[in-house]
Amino acid sequence: MPEMEYNASIPIYIQVMTSIKRDIVTGKIQPGEKLPSVRDLAIRYSINPNTVSRVYRELELEDVCFTRRGMGTFVTEDAGRVTRMREDMAQELIRDFLAGMRQLGIPDDEIKRLVEEYGKQEGG
Amino acid sequence: MLECKEITKVYGRKAAVDHVSLKLEPGHIYAMLGPNGSGKTTLMKMAVGLVKPNSGGFWYQEAPVGKESRREIAYMSTEPYFYNWMTAGDVGRYYDDFFEDFSMEHYQSLLKRMELTPDMKTKTLSSGMMAKLKIAVTMARKAKVYLLDEPLNGIDLLARDVIVQTVIEQCGSDVVLVISSHLVDELERVVDSAIFMKEGYLALMGDVEELRVQQGKSMVDLYREIYGHGGEEGC
Repeated sequence: MPEMEYNASIPIYIQVMTSIKRDIVTGKIQPGEKLPSVRDLAIRYSINPNTVSRVYRELELEDVCFTRRGMGTFVTEDAGRVTRMREDMAQELIRDFLAGMRQLGIPDDEIKRLVEEYGKQEGG
Repeated sequence: MLECKEITKVYGRKAAVDHVSLKLEPGHIYAMLGPNGSGKTTLMKMAVGLVKPNSGGFWYQEAPVGKESRREIAYMSTEPYFYNWMTAGDVGRYYDDFFEDFSMEHYQSLLKRMELTPDMKTKTLSSGMMAKLKIAVTMARKAKVYLLDEPLNGIDLLARDVIVQTVIEQCGSDVVLVISSHLVDELERVVDSAIFMKEGYLALMGDVEELRVQQGKSMVDLYREIYGHGGEEGC
C-alpha cells in the first residue's frame, strides 16, 4: 500500500474506500482479514485520522467491514458480499464508460460493435 | 481547548491580526493558510504568549495563555532558534531541560528517521536538514497542542513525506495540531479543517472534507476563491 493519486476535489474518504474495496475484490485483502488500526492506516495513506475513522464507519454501514469491540476492524467473511462489491464496481465502470460514449454521440449498437471489435483486436 | 476571542495585534498603523475569534478542538489537524503577511505567524505567537495582543486574548483550557500553558503547547517558529555552537544532540538536551514532556528516546528515533545524527553541528546544516531538526525536536515533546509555523517550507518532497508522517503519528483524540503553510495542496489530505487568514482577519474556517462532500471544492479551490489566485506550487 499505497501510492495513491488523490483528486483534491473528491472527498478523500470516498477515494480511500474505493482503494480498500478494490484490494478486497482483487484478493489483496482477504475476507475476514483484520484491517490496520485507524492510526496505522492514516500513517500509511498519509491522511487525516478522522478521515480514516469515517472510511471505516462508512465501510461498516455498507457491510464491507465489521468491528469487534476492542479488537479492531475486519473485512466481511461473506463471500457473497465480495461478489456483489465486484459487480457494483463493474456496473460503475460501465456506467461511466457508456456516459462518455453517449456524450460523443455514438449509438448503443455501435458502442456494442466497437467493444466487440476492440476485444478481438486485443485478444490478438 | 485553545481559543481566541476578538484578538488584535497592531504593528505601527497596520493590524497584523484583526479581531480574530476561533476555537480549536482536540482530535483535529488544522491548516492555517494565507499569503505572507496575512497574520498567521503573529496569531501563532500570541497563542503561546510570545507576542502580546493589543486587545482580546488567547485561552487554553479556559485560562489565559502564558507560562503554564507553554508546558502543554509546543510551538515551532519559522526562524531557526538554536545557538550556532549547538549540535543536534545539544538541541535535544536543551529541550530536555526546558520541557517536562520532552522524550529523549523519541527524539533520538526521530533524528534517525530524518537521517540526522546527534553530532551534526546546527550551523553546518542545510535549510532542509534544519527544517527536519526543528520538527524532530518539536514533535519529541508529548504536548497537547502543536503549532507548526511553515514546517514544509523549503524542503524537498521526500523530507516532506517524513514530516507529514511524523505529524500524523502525533495526532491523537486529545491533541490539537496546527500547520501553517502556503503549500496548500500538500496539506489537502492531512488536515481536516482549514483556517483561511486574509489581511489579518479570519476569512473562513471549516471542515475541508465536508466542503468537498457538499460543494466538491478542494482547499486549493477555496484558496483561489478567497485570495484570487492559487497560492504557490507545491515544489
